[in-house]
Amino acid sequence: MNNQLVNYLLHLADNTLILAQRNSEWCGHGPVLEQDIAITNISLDLIGQSRNFYQYAATLIGNSATENSLAYLRTEREFKNLLLVEQPNGDWAATTLRQFFFSAYQYLLYQQLQKGNDAQIAAIAEKAFKEVTYHLRWSSEWIIRLGDGTEESKDRMLNAVDELWRFTGEIFQPAAYETEAAKNVCGADVSALQKDWLKKVQEIFEEATLSMPKENIYMQRGGKDGVHTEHLGYILAEMQYLQRVYPGNEW
Amino acid sequence: MTEAINISTSAVWKILEQVNDPEVPVLSVIDLGIIRNVEINNDEVIVTVTPTYSGCPATEVINMSIRFALIENGFKNVQLKTVLSPAWTTEWMTEAGKEKLKAYGIAPPKPMQQVCTPISFQEEEAIQCPHCNSYHTKLISRFGSTACKALYQCEDCKEPFDYFKCH
Repeated sequence: MNNQLVNYLLHLADNTLILAQRNSEWCGHGPVLEQDIAITNISLDLIGQSRNFYQYAATLIGNSATENSLAYLRTEREFKNLLLVEQPNGDWAATTLRQFFFSAYQYLLYQQLQKGNDAQIAAIAEKAFKEVTYHLRWSSEWIIRLGDGTEESKDRMLNAVDELWRFTGEIFQPAAYETEAAKNVCGADVSALQKDWLKKVQEIFEEATLSMPKENIYMQRGGKDGVHTEHLGYILAEMQYLQRVYPGNEW
Repeated sequence: MTEAINISTSAVWKILEQVNDPEVPVLSVIDLGIIRNVEINNDEVIVTVTPTYSGCPATEVINMSIRFALIENGFKNVQLKTVLSPAWTTEWMTEAGKEKLKAYGIAPPKPMQQVCTPISFQEEEAIQCPHCNSYHTKLISRFGSTACKALYQCEDCKEPFDYFKCH
């Protein structure tokens, strides 16, 4: 079994699972019905991507590992998701900005993964790329709408940028398993994606009349190696409750 | 119960025409274009299926329905294979399927692929209202009642409707 490849797959799967879980908290609470449906649809797409990565990881791990054991029976130190995706929903500005930062990254990442030499990773990325395109467009539109909206919506978007920007640097600082995956041409070199990501953010921020944050802002990191913010434990407590209390229970 | 002797792939395709999408029950799995291959290996039937969207919750129900339909028709040994690549596209939907969609009140995907780019606020070419055939319609939300649909409203007859979006 290739440990680093498994870690890499878990990182990809954990990112999409935790963001899906966060977005799904909006179910029944969206600002309007159509947007409630939109954000939960995005959750579904992300859960689907997670399942594909977990299933692949489970076949590599073997023994009794399944997509369910990987999602429901690991602790927070074992989760390798970005700090960005575990941040609280806040208001609609924070939720859509978090989605935009992440989708802009996924849009670049999945293009690279499709070109990789691991057929299964490439296939998952090819399938998911079209979904991510919708997510990126939808979230970009919200950044523009709120940034270039009313005084209040602009304030809220500016607050969201202040709150979330510090978690974006981590995306482009590779963990050991990412470096290894990039070296083996099955994963992407994330540091090489930063330039295009910033370009996309700048383009949308300009249209939204938002100024880019200053350079050299301190960037938080740790999620990729299992060192999380306080929020992840609470997410897992809720998400894993049923499997922890009734192990192996099925619908 | 038919005995599965001299089974042919065309018999399997015929049975699959009776297996419907639980979310859009007028469409068969053939109409949707998600059956990529049927193989027969001795008494084993291998059906290759591709999902529409990564997280489509109907996928598992569809797989179970395929299995049940084949078992009911005497195929005891059914194997389902999932392939992700090439990724499913609405271009694989049959013409018959598109007509069934429209009759059911869902605007079918446009024949030409469009708007699969991340550019903000772009609009698709006019989508035809499945109720009154007007092209005077507007997008309400790009995400509808299921992953594969968007919400529209007709400006003439005022009816809201689902559009099976290009993918």
